[in-house]
Amino acid sequence: MESYLLEYLPIVILIAIAVALGAAFILAAWVLAPRSPDPEKVSAYECGFNAFDDARMKFDVRFYLVAILFIIFDLEVAFLFPWAVTLDETGVFGFWSMMVFLGVLTVGFIYEWKKGALEWE
Amino acid sequence: MAITAVAFYTLATITIVSAFLVIAARNPVHSVLFLILTFFTTAGLFVLMGAEFLAMLLVVVYVGAVAVLFLFVVMMLDIDFAELKRGFLSYLPLGGLIGVILVAQFLLVGSAWVSPENAARSPAEFGEGGTAEALGRILYTEYVLVFQLSGMVLFTAMIGAIVLTLRQREGVKRQNVATQVGRRRTEAVVLKDVKPGEGI
Amino acid sequence: MNPEISAEMVVASLRLMAPETFLAVYALFLAVLGAFVGDRGARALSTLTALVLVVAAVGSVIYAPLERTEAFNGAIVVDPLTAWAKGGLLLLAAFAVQMASVVFARDGSARFEYPLLVTLAALGMCIMIGANDLITMYLGIELNALAAYVLAAFRRDDSRSSEAGLKYFVLSAISSGLLLYGASLVYGFTGAVRFADIAAAADPDNVGLIFGLVFVLCGLAFKISAAPFHMWAPDVYEGAPAPVTAFFATASKIAGVILMARILMEPFGDLHDRWVQVISVIAGVSMIVGSLGALVQTNLRRLMAYSSIANIGYVLMALAAGSQLGVQAALLYLALYLPVTLAMFAGILALRRQGEDLERIGDLSGLARNHPFMATCFTMLLFSLAGVPPLVGFFGKLAAFQATLDAGLVVLAIVGALATVVSAAYYLRIIKVMWFDEPVARMEPAGPTLAVTLAAGTVLSFPVLVVLLGPLETAVRAMSALYGP
Repeated sequence: MESYLLEYLPIVILIAIAVALGAAFILAAWVLAPRSPDPEKVSAYECGFNAFDDARMKFDVRFYLVAILFIIFDLEVAFLFPWAVTLDETGVFGFWSMMVFLGVLTVGFIYEWKKGALEWE
Repeated sequence: MAITAVAFYTLATITIVSAFLVIAARNPVHSVLFLILTFFTTAGLFVLMGAEFLAMLLVVVYVGAVAVLFLFVVMMLDIDFAELKRGFLSYLPLGGLIGVILVAQFLLVGSAWVSPENAARSPAEFGEGGTAEALGRILYTEYVLVFQLSGMVLFTAMIGAIVLTLRQREGVKRQNVATQVGRRRTEAVVLKDVKPGEGI
Repeated sequence: MNPEISAEMVVASLRLMAPETFLAVYALFLAVLGAFVGDRGARALSTLTALVLVVAAVGSVIYAPLERTEAFNGAIVVDPLTAWAKGGLLLLAAFAVQMASVVFARDGSARFEYPLLVTLAALGMCIMIGANDLITMYLGIELNALAAYVLAAFRRDDSRSSEAGLKYFVLSAISSGLLLYGASLVYGFTGAVRFADIAAAADPDNVGLIFGLVFVLCGLAFKISAAPFHMWAPDVYEGAPAPVTAFFATASKIAGVILMARILMEPFGDLHDRWVQVISVIAGVSMIVGSLGALVQTNLRRLMAYSSIANIGYVLMALAAGSQLGVQAALLYLALYLPVTLAMFAGILALRRQGEDLERIGDLSGLARNHPFMATCFTMLLFSLAGVPPLVGFFGKLAAFQATLDAGLVVLAIVGALATVVSAAYYLRIIKVMWFDEPVARMEPAGPTLAVTLAAGTVLSFPVLVVLLGPLETAVRAMSALYGP
């Protein structure tokens, strides 16, 4: 168990360094930077005049479509990892099993492409 | 074992605190960021249990894609979240009661836990190569039906997403690769012999 | 690698699952064909899909094995019951496609994705019916649900349809969560996903297992819109396009009830005294909520939603008996109730005035004077739903009450009887509006598809069927025997 966890030591070290570095910068800015805020300084503004409205606005649903399609293919890729590492054991059957799976999604991809869901007018 | 215990308690504490902050944070963007932190530390917990593949999936799919989509949605949606949260206090007694009952029930279940003989007790029992290989050995052969069905589910999701959101706009010029490539020099360029001083 | 897995086994399994395989391949084919042909060919593709669904339905029944057979090492079970149930639901799906083709053509919103999604939903339902382990069950449910959300929101420019899709999605996702959580508890406490293995390992005194069972049942109750998990049904029935509503109200019920019966009788058959309270409460509350809720409705489709909640209550009441007799009564009830419901929806769709769909009960006012044929059909259907003796609805209710009393659930039977009386009130109210109120303007003539469906459903509700009822009952008895507790 210990040796298995040791394999993750580099990641832990990386995270530790990242956290330490991030915290150091925030702390440094907090301690060192001169600050004398007043209401005008801290108010939001656009190019010198007051903000008209909230930064949030309704925007094109197409962005979501791209994101959703990305997630679907992301999930598809997730199925490839275990397949790739065991292909020597699952053999021809495993290979064709994945090919059928990919075939189904390729049909989906053709549909997507032909419908123009991948175009960005 | 000490390292495992320290790592477990650290990760578990961060998971619970950040999960609480997901619902407590005033700013919805912060909520999503805490959600990502929750996913991340949960992945760490999975690693501690030896379920490496699940941990990887959590990072790749949830942190990498789902949470980003969440962030995208809450950042851009024009919703007043303070308004949405207004009714919170009035629902608190009932919601709290249900929560307490649920916790009591979970404790009951937890106390009844006996590991069944035929279930793997920990992912470490899967043998050489960890969970990804253990999964790969059965998913594509013994559970081939389940695997193909997940393909159909993803296919349905693709079609559903397009049916609900794709709109063709009027009056938009589209690129037509075939005509673009099929264009000849003779159609595109006209050679004119312009005499000096006359113009066309 | 498991030695039992070979190409031969897969081929043999796929042959057993011929309807599903056929539908899956057809769905892929339709997606590509549709993408190239575009929505101009939507009408033709709808007709093609309806034909394919009918072929699959007929094939499912003709090639049904005579006894319980397992495909994919026991992930799917195929037997006469599942074969007939698949046949029935695929036929209902074909109706849904054909009705929609008529309806969408009227307002020019026909798209080829509609038949495609119905095919995928029907495929999911077939998997649900045949599912013999927790994983297959969940994937069947999700495949069906994912297509169903999109179908509910299919008129995406209509705010009510979008609302229906969204509500359905959010609530259904929660119920899927419950179901999955329950399934994981069941696996955790028994170490098995196959229903037969769960039955072997199930210990009635294990709190965790019962916990898991209750979660699974809650998730399933949601899918068949049994109270107290019914909140989505009225809104979705009202907002979704009417043919989709008809599909939800009929085909989904077959899949859900058969899956529910299998879960109750196979993996948890020995735990009957544990789940009988849960199912009794769900059944009782469904009957009460459905009957009382329907009393105050003015919208026809919402009324049908509450009516379907109440009817699911009767089905669950029969299942609560936990006996062969109970399963038999539940199946008989479904077989008699579904054609009537389908015909009701065909009737509602057929009634149009000045290009507007009929929505309110008041719109039926005086229907008998202008359209005596339709009013007669409606009256017969409503009498059947109310369970008036010579019509088939009565026989279904009779069987359900017999099974319940046989199992000694007297209180539940009394609740059911009271609910029947209450429900008669709102069915009779519609009949009164049709026959005795002042007529309003005439309706537009109905298309042949809808009229035929309405007429066929009405004929099926007639006591003529007593002749058919005998064989049906025998068949149902034979099939329910397949559920080994």
